[in-house]
Amino acid sequence: MFGYLPLGMAFGVLFVTQLEYPWWGATLMSITVFAGAAQLLAVGLLAANAGLVEVFIAMFVLNARHLFYGLSLLGRFRGAGWRKLYLIFGLTDETYSLLTSRARTEERAQEQQNDFRITLFNQAYWVIGSTLGAWLGRAVTFDSTGIEFALVALFIVLTIEQYKVLGQSLPIWIGAAAAGLCLAVLPADQQLIGAVILATVTLLLSYRFHKRGNAELEQPHG
Amino acid sequence: MDSMTYLLAFTVVATAATFATRAIPFVFLSRHSDHPLVQHLGRYLPAAVMSLLVVIFLLRSGHWSAPIFGADALVPSLVVIALHLWRRNALLSIIAGTACYMAIQQV
Repeated sequence: MFGYLPLGMAFGVLFVTQLEYPWWGATLMSITVFAGAAQLLAVGLLAANAGLVEVFIAMFVLNARHLFYGLSLLGRFRGAGWRKLYLIFGLTDETYSLLTSRARTEERAQEQQNDFRITLFNQAYWVIGSTLGAWLGRAVTFDSTGIEFALVALFIVLTIEQYKVLGQSLPIWIGAAAAGLCLAVLPADQQLIGAVILATVTLLLSYRFHKRGNAELEQPHG
Repeated sequence: MDSMTYLLAFTVVATAATFATRAIPFVFLSRHSDHPLVQHLGRYLPAAVMSLLVVIFLLRSGHWSAPIFGADALVPSLVVIALHLWRRNALLSIIAGTACYMAIQQV
């Protein structure tokens, strides 16, 4: 839940130390974009004065894994009314991880309200973290080299949390293997989406074996 | 365009691209949410995606040639893992791991 506070600070610090823009640029982006990894990488695009078409493509590809996040939550967000738009908007790595790893009851409306609150708190931490980081980066001169590791640390934490929920490590090995393979054969800008596609295809193929073996593990979804 | 206009235009474009990636499945697939394949993916994809994110970003944050062999990124990662298994406090795990990485990189 608090993971976005240090990561947001990392983004804020990077934003003001690498760029000549006012501090509130970091706050604004955290309110409207709300994407951890993509915002950290957007600092590089801003520094390079990238063309807007290039920005769109880069941000779309960087965030392409979100295309697959919705799959897990299609049923869960159904009928959420006005909240649904915000739930979809706020579907970051951490929100997704939290929503897919928590225990749920059958009370759909109540659960959607809880999902909404989790997303809102997540973004609040992200916005507060970004703003604090931007102020800190302005006020204190310190060497911020390596602060972007907060992203890796967040992903490690989220992987552990997912493992605790599933109680099995096979999907984690599938993801790691897909990443390893794509790192070896694809250019840097295609590795992320390539690995997501490869992991998805592998999981789809595993479905047939899984259906026979693990029928009792399938939990009913609300 | 001046720098303020560029920053705002950049933010608008980045927002649109990011939101598009999140909204597309809901626009095109909302009828299929009960399909067992979609359910299967929904259950196992999160874990796979998180671990591939770790591998890709971890490899980009270390030096993998001799004499280091990635220890500059692996040691902070082990700090995160150990702390998180021990205390299960995300804030603590992330801050300690990042501080460890920054200390190593700035030597």
